[in-house]
Amino acid sequence: MSNEAFVLDMQDIGKEYFGNRVLSAINLQLKPGEIHGIVGENGAGKSTLMNILFGMSVIHSTGGYEGKIRVSGKEAQIKSPLDAMNLGIGMVHQEFMLIPGYTITENIKLNREITKPNLASRIVGKRYDTLDVVAMRRDARKALDKLDMSIDEWATIAGLPVGYMQFVEIARELDKTNLKVLVFDEPTAVLTESEADNLLDAMRVISNHGIAILFITHRLHEIMTVCENITVLRDGKMVAQRKKDETNIYELAELMVGSRVGEVMRKPREDVTDEKPILTIRNLSVEMPGEEVSNVSLDIHKGEIIGIGGLAGQGKIGVANGIMGLFPAEGEVVFDGKQIELNNPTNAMMNSLAFVSEDRRGVGLLLDSSIENNIAFTAIQRQGKYLKKFGPFTQLDKAAVRQTADRMIKELDIRCTGPTQITRRLSGGNQQKVCIARALMLEPKLLFVSEPTRGIDVGAKKLVLQTLVELSEKYGLTVVMTSSELAELRSVCDRIAIVTEGKIAGILKPTDTDVDFGLMMAGEKHDNA
Amino acid sequence: MKQTDIQTMDPIPSPAHEKRITPDKVKRFLINNLVTILFVILCAVGLRLSGLSMAFYLNDIVSRFARNSFLVLALIIPVMAGMGLNFAIVLGAMAGQGAIIFVTHWGIAGMNGILLSVLICTPIAILLGWMTGRLLNRARGKEMITSLILGFFANGVYQLIFLIMVGSPLIPMKNEVLVLSSGVGLRSTIDLSGGLRYAIDDVIRTPFPQFVMYLSLIGALYLVSVIIRMRSGKVMVQQYSKKRLITLFLLLLAAMIWGLVTSLSVSMINSVRVPAFTMIIIAVLCLFNIFIVKTKLGQDFRTVGQDQHIAEVSGINVSRTRVLAIVMSTLLAAWGQIIFLQNLGAFSTYGSHEQVGMFASAAILIGGASVSKATVGHAILGTILFHTLFIVSPLAGRNLFGDAQLGEYFRSFVAYGVIGVALGLHAWKKLMQAKNQKKV
Amino acid sequence: MITPDVRRFGAVKDTLKSFGLPRIIIVVFLVLLWAISMFLEIPFPQLLSDTLVRWGMNGVLVLAMMPSILAGTGLYFGLPIGIICGLLGGVIAIELNLVGITAFFAAIAFSIPFAFVLGWVYGFMLNRIKGSEMTVATYVGFSIVSLMCIFWSMAPFKSPAMAWPIGRGLRVTISLADRYEKVLNNFLSFNIFGIMIPTGLILFLLLMCLIVVLFFNTKTGIALKAGGENPRFAQSSGINVDTMRIVGTIFSTVLGAIGILVYSQSFGFIQLYTAPLFMGFLAAAAILIGGASIKKATILHVLLGTFLFQGLLVVALPVANKVATLGSLAEISRIIVSNGVILYALAQHSGD
Repeated sequence: MSNEAFVLDMQDIGKEYFGNRVLSAINLQLKPGEIHGIVGENGAGKSTLMNILFGMSVIHSTGGYEGKIRVSGKEAQIKSPLDAMNLGIGMVHQEFMLIPGYTITENIKLNREITKPNLASRIVGKRYDTLDVVAMRRDARKALDKLDMSIDEWATIAGLPVGYMQFVEIARELDKTNLKVLVFDEPTAVLTESEADNLLDAMRVISNHGIAILFITHRLHEIMTVCENITVLRDGKMVAQRKKDETNIYELAELMVGSRVGEVMRKPREDVTDEKPILTIRNLSVEMPGEEVSNVSLDIHKGEIIGIGGLAGQGKIGVANGIMGLFPAEGEVVFDGKQIELNNPTNAMMNSLAFVSEDRRGVGLLLDSSIENNIAFTAIQRQGKYLKKFGPFTQLDKAAVRQTADRMIKELDIRCTGPTQITRRLSGGNQQKVCIARALMLEPKLLFVSEPTRGIDVGAKKLVLQTLVELSEKYGLTVVMTSSELAELRSVCDRIAIVTEGKIAGILKPTDTDVDFGLMMAGEKHDNA
Repeated sequence: MKQTDIQTMDPIPSPAHEKRITPDKVKRFLINNLVTILFVILCAVGLRLSGLSMAFYLNDIVSRFARNSFLVLALIIPVMAGMGLNFAIVLGAMAGQGAIIFVTHWGIAGMNGILLSVLICTPIAILLGWMTGRLLNRARGKEMITSLILGFFANGVYQLIFLIMVGSPLIPMKNEVLVLSSGVGLRSTIDLSGGLRYAIDDVIRTPFPQFVMYLSLIGALYLVSVIIRMRSGKVMVQQYSKKRLITLFLLLLAAMIWGLVTSLSVSMINSVRVPAFTMIIIAVLCLFNIFIVKTKLGQDFRTVGQDQHIAEVSGINVSRTRVLAIVMSTLLAAWGQIIFLQNLGAFSTYGSHEQVGMFASAAILIGGASVSKATVGHAILGTILFHTLFIVSPLAGRNLFGDAQLGEYFRSFVAYGVIGVALGLHAWKKLMQAKNQKKV
Repeated sequence: MITPDVRRFGAVKDTLKSFGLPRIIIVVFLVLLWAISMFLEIPFPQLLSDTLVRWGMNGVLVLAMMPSILAGTGLYFGLPIGIICGLLGGVIAIELNLVGITAFFAAIAFSIPFAFVLGWVYGFMLNRIKGSEMTVATYVGFSIVSLMCIFWSMAPFKSPAMAWPIGRGLRVTISLADRYEKVLNNFLSFNIFGIMIPTGLILFLLLMCLIVVLFFNTKTGIALKAGGENPRFAQSSGINVDTMRIVGTIFSTVLGAIGILVYSQSFGFIQLYTAPLFMGFLAAAAILIGGASIKKATILHVLLGTFLFQGLLVVALPVANKVATLGSLAEISRIIVSNGVILYALAQHSGD
């Protein structure tokens, strides 16, 4: 790159979380007023990179980061958000850092209030200075005007539309007079199309004021609209840096997804769609915060392993959660000829559907209970298994539970000290197996598994996937696997449905090209379709 | 009353059509202020049933207000900082009470005694407040139950000190009046007459009507100054609507005239004497609370109270701010207890501090405060209502059932019930709000 | 595959940590006081007899804490409500002039319907205020005690054993001397080495414990525990966690009602009016001393905690009296120890 003074120079940035490497050798340079896009899949490292830049405690309380950051030529040690702010780095967070009960002005001036000294403060200290509301409102007005917002600076945040709230976030950063770099972390995720367009216009305005922008998003057309330079991250590494004129969305999509030659664990069956569908989903919508499903229709065939993939927040996780009644849902779901009642976990389970949640520790396990109690739990409650009956009373049949637990520990190869061990003590992979065992105890005909290998180390990942494959083959189980890791879906599934913006963007074969996958996940239309 | 809603700094006045009084608005007003309204009715009924004359009532309520409102005001700052009702003001009260006991033992009377008590209890209260703040930080999310239990615990320690250790070699005290005949432990009542009794109250005593007159005069003058400042643009015009100010001015004028007329008549009300100096001290605390809200510190308190995470990320030292809020509250409670005791005159050594936290909390809740919002107005109104109930219950009980004790029980039932209901309603509202927010 | 566990070390460390600092302090303190008492020639068998009696007498009240903790509603500071149900049952039994063991069981039988109804209402309310259960419970409890004071004062009962000779209302303390005083304590009691074992009382306590254990091994009991430990897990298995919480509250209320009757028969008096006010805190302290936390409790915690707490109170008074005539030290130490233990539990960063 040329010798022009960079406002931000990140060299060799890396991060390791207790042996788990999430980021390595990232190099990024920003010129003043440049708009630089950062693209990548989930887990590519985008958020980690921004957490490092913004000094979030999750970074430096877990060992800090590697590499050097220079701001306007001077080396910088960023250990807290305050440090970042003092250096002129601002961030528009994905989850707004706005206090709903406060006015726009109070939010803009949070902990940077303008004050006037008074009698008390001269004696006791600066914290007793009077707030200069008039001056603060003036500054807030200026920041809002820069963004062409006419809303009253004294309006309360609560009740404002999302697009407005985001602009207040931006205004807050603009109000910081020393602002040099502004980071946008997936800003358009919560916006409508017109709001998103306004945002892109605002970005141009900001960059014209000489402020450099880092724009993190997965929406490739937005990147191409507004960015000058683009960095693509994948698996924590920087796979490419391009100037906008030197690339196009197809290349970006391909780079994002990457041709990982993963081990193909199982040959995908070509004939799955020959049979009639065993599960039909029509117009499913699910209100799962962060993973809303707006309209999904899908046919799933008996005995297949079908993957549901897509980028984070696009809705893929919501599908299974909605059908199994964990989140409010609407639509029509028919399994094996029977209508499944939504918003009712019991009904789904009674109809031979079972679910292994993506939230292993939060929803999938009783962490302080034994393995055997976890495995038997749902079967006890929903199917009355493992209970001895005495008239109207029941008593747990501990022997039967023990027997079953021993059997499952052997079958699924769960590494533990015994069936009485507390599940909290198990490794991620083994915890996952306990969750699978619990679902299997219901003897389901179809199993939904969400993020089966999340948070599990590489060695154990294969084991969990192998287990699922074996189950499908041994029991003829239909498996619906939702995962953010495209590679694992491609190594195991017969078909893969991609969910983008709450809808099915399409169904691909594991052997389809990276470009196909990348574009579908980014929500772009493929010219060759 | 005046600009007591400074905490939210009144939003822009709504357009004309929104100002009309609609049945929906009335319903909302009733629900939001259910507890206060219920109480006003209760007090009105109780007053009639008790058969008290206005003069008697006024005398009693003025006295109670003067001695209790300081303690109630001490609760405001922790509520601002999101720590709920600080039941642990008991610790501050104990510090103040302890100081008074020792000053009485040393035989120092009058204002000197009071000043000495203040001097002694201040560092102790600050230390206790600091410890309380640290503990509450450890129990985040459970501040109220923790401060409640802490109050009980501290009461045990207080008894340990004053019943077991005083008089023993640990805390030598030879005093036949104060100490039990066994030589160890304080007697169960301590009489401050001739010593600290009325030390503050007696500084100035004004007949009630005159007091009202002067108060309204000051209020009216202040209003005039606000209007002048508004004209010259120094104060945001939107903050105070003109209609409100004019109504307020007229009310104050009416009060002034009433005060003047009554003081010149032979009404019994003229014999009701207000401890004006004490009232001035209370007014100073009110002003202090209002002042704090307008400072950077007050804004920090509010920010921490609204969202600890955002406050932390914005660079505010949340833990220290919370501790500071508790320290201030405890210190004010210590001084408040001194005011309380000098008015009470004779007090129960082991009993008069026990209920401080609960009574003050009940009072402020009755005044319309909630766990997340409390203002000077709430404190003042609540103190008046709560103590009115105190005054009328035994008499009403006797007139209604022939048993004053029943009135007492009823009063306890209501006081505790109010807190339980207010806390419950607040928790329920918050849960409903969270559910609605998720839908957005 | 079952492997020898290197993690077993972790388990041992966990057990020590979970035994907790305050419990260790109290055990040490208790043993110390026992040693001192023997040194001061206070008859130990008498101490032990008293401790056993108070253990049995308070045990069921402490047991009442368990369902509430396990259901996820925290320490059952609403115990006064259960106690009032028990007192109502006891008072009705006296009005019907029952005596002996029949009276005792009749009192329990009368109190249970009240406990069911009030427990249900109370549980319903708790579901509306998740997260603030303990604070609101305290005040609602106090409020209801005050309300009951009004009731006791105006109650239409006529039995001369209970009512004021002139006017209306019940007396503050009602003697059970001719009815069922110590009826459990004396049942099958025997002497060994000078220690009086109140067999009936202890058997009853163990019976109650057994009932609790059996309940938590039923399908509902298992569901209840899961709901308290991880509500989302339970919900995903189709359990209505709100209903489970109500069941837990009802169970706690019923145990509270039975508990006060056990207590009263041992004490020899039924205490009305303001007596129930602080009993919730004492029971909570006992179970916490036994090793429980706001989220987890077992029978062992109940039995151990009650024994330690009562043991401490029993030995403290005579020791204090011998060292210096400090009459109220027992009461004061009870306040300090019980509230101190609860404070420790609250400060355990167990999350919001």
